[in-house]
Amino acid sequence: MGFLTNLINGISLGSVYAIIALGYTMVYGIAKMLNFAHGDVIMVGGYLCFISMTNLGLPPLVGVLLAVVGCTCLGIVVERLAYKPLRGAPSLAVLITAIGVSYFLQNSALLIWGANPKAFTSVIPLPSVSLFDGQLVISSVTIATVLVAIAVMVGLTLFTSRTKMGKAMRACSEDKGAAQLMGINVNSTISMVFAIGSGLAAIAGVLLCSAYPTLMPTTGSMPGIKAFTAAVLGGIGSIPGAALGGVLLGIIEIFAKAYLGTQFADAIVFAVLIVVLLIRPAGLLGKEIHEKV
Amino acid sequence: MSMLKITDLNVYYGSIHAVKGISFEVEEGEIVTLIGANGAGKSTTLNTVAGLLKPRSGNIEFEGQSLVGVPAHKMVSRGIALCPEGRRIFQDMTVRENLEMGAFTRSDSESLETRKRVYERFPRLKERRTQAGGTLSGGEQQMLAMGRALMSKPKLIMLDEPSMGLAPILVQEIFDIIKELNAQGTTILLVEQNASMALSIAHRAYVLETGRVSMSGDANDLLHDKRVQQAYLGG
Ligand SMILES: Nc1ncnc2c1ncn2[C@@H]1O[C@H](COP(=O)(O)OP(=O)(O)OP(=O)(O)O)[C@@H](O)[C@H]1O
Ligand SMILES: [Mg+2]
Repeated sequence: MGFLTNLINGISLGSVYAIIALGYTMVYGIAKMLNFAHGDVIMVGGYLCFISMTNLGLPPLVGVLLAVVGCTCLGIVVERLAYKPLRGAPSLAVLITAIGVSYFLQNSALLIWGANPKAFTSVIPLPSVSLFDGQLVISSVTIATVLVAIAVMVGLTLFTSRTKMGKAMRACSEDKGAAQLMGINVNSTISMVFAIGSGLAAIAGVLLCSAYPTLMPTTGSMPGIKAFTAAVLGGIGSIPGAALGGVLLGIIEIFAKAYLGTQFADAIVFAVLIVVLLIRPAGLLGKEIHEKV
Repeated sequence: MSMLKITDLNVYYGSIHAVKGISFEVEEGEIVTLIGANGAGKSTTLNTVAGLLKPRSGNIEFEGQSLVGVPAHKMVSRGIALCPEGRRIFQDMTVRENLEMGAFTRSDSESLETRKRVYERFPRLKERRTQAGGTLSGGEQQMLAMGRALMSKPKLIMLDEPSMGLAPILVQEIFDIIKELNAQGTTILLVEQNASMALSIAHRAYVLETGRVSMSGDANDLLHDKRVQQAYLGG
């Protein structure tokens, strides 16, 4: 049963990574930038939900909703103020700005909410599910996380393949100039992608804090980096790639922790990334980039 | 009043002065062609009219209204479409999705209606509607690029080297389609390397040389002009 428990926990953790990685990968796809502040939006989402539930006494679902709305707005504002002025700037300048935004968010959280970890109450107030006469216990958060990740994947797939705005997003990701010639407003499309990615980050933050209930200003960093790794592993820019990369990474991490020890787990995760990139530089589902001559 | 009126247009890439005071006009219902050697500034001119590039100075008027400062994504609703150099179709999107993008600013029912028309004109596109744009042949990609531009039902369509890289038989087909579009009422601004073909279907022409208009006039006259023949028609 140990194996099965680990597998389920791995898939669940991986589902959180997948939700975060989707934000990374969609933003990269359209804005061609690595939004290193993405992880910190997770943390902001966690705090917004925490305040709503603990300080304001609102029901969990309202807390989640406020976190999503808050982070969506945050994503739009950050893009507008920090990244939009740098459109067309060298990618190094954009990267450094993103790191700056990341520090800004972390330190703002430190200022507002302090350094002491907060004890997060799970947003899924349901009992665990017990199977095989209690040999396999799955928490309700674990199940909810997997279900939410599946819903997010299905939703995004439908959005990008069926809706006009979703298709416009793909068009902008391929060729912004041509997209403009179609009448697509590239700036508002990029804004929309930041909004979606940040809203998803809020959901990931709430789920993550429900599973690992300590919340502090640096809570988002490590999951952010792992999700970024997942996005690269799956092929940055690819939506199914982000999902696959996330789930794989979660499973690898949990198994490494179980069989090799906690200290090794992170090293293993990054070692896998390096090996995959050596064999498939574009990631598992990424498109080979053909150099233009 | 001309449909499109360009006056003393200057466009720079950084310090490179690519378009140096060009002026020309396109009347409603005309086919006007801009011909000239590589680097003469033809694409720069079209991209500037389409709003993708900002002119340093000069004026662009469409149906009496200035287009300077109008963002590129607002051009289709004014009735201007550009079929850009190199086609730039969306490689990872299907033929149908490419066409849908062409009608981005229009309602779904209008889009569907126009798509039927485009499929009638280009039956090959209909056959390949679920195929990714990037898997089409060069000729099919050109048809898709033109079909996509037509999806917005433009009053003025600007075509940047539609015959580039195509076999002679396809070149003929593309030029026939251009003539047909024009006969059905679309005004056309055509940029071509294939000067003899362009001059043979156009009403009027402008010859561009290193960012300036060096000659202009009736397309048929230019086709028989000694200097034009020597410089652009291979003898
Ligand atoms: N992105 C750019 N950056 C810098 N210079 C450019 C750029 N695009 C074009 N130019 C320069 O501007 C001038 C005009 O180029 P343009 O592409 O308009 O020519 P063209 O007439 O369309 O040529 P072709 O027939 O080869 O397509 C050329 O000298 C070219 O080198
Ligand atoms: Mg050109």
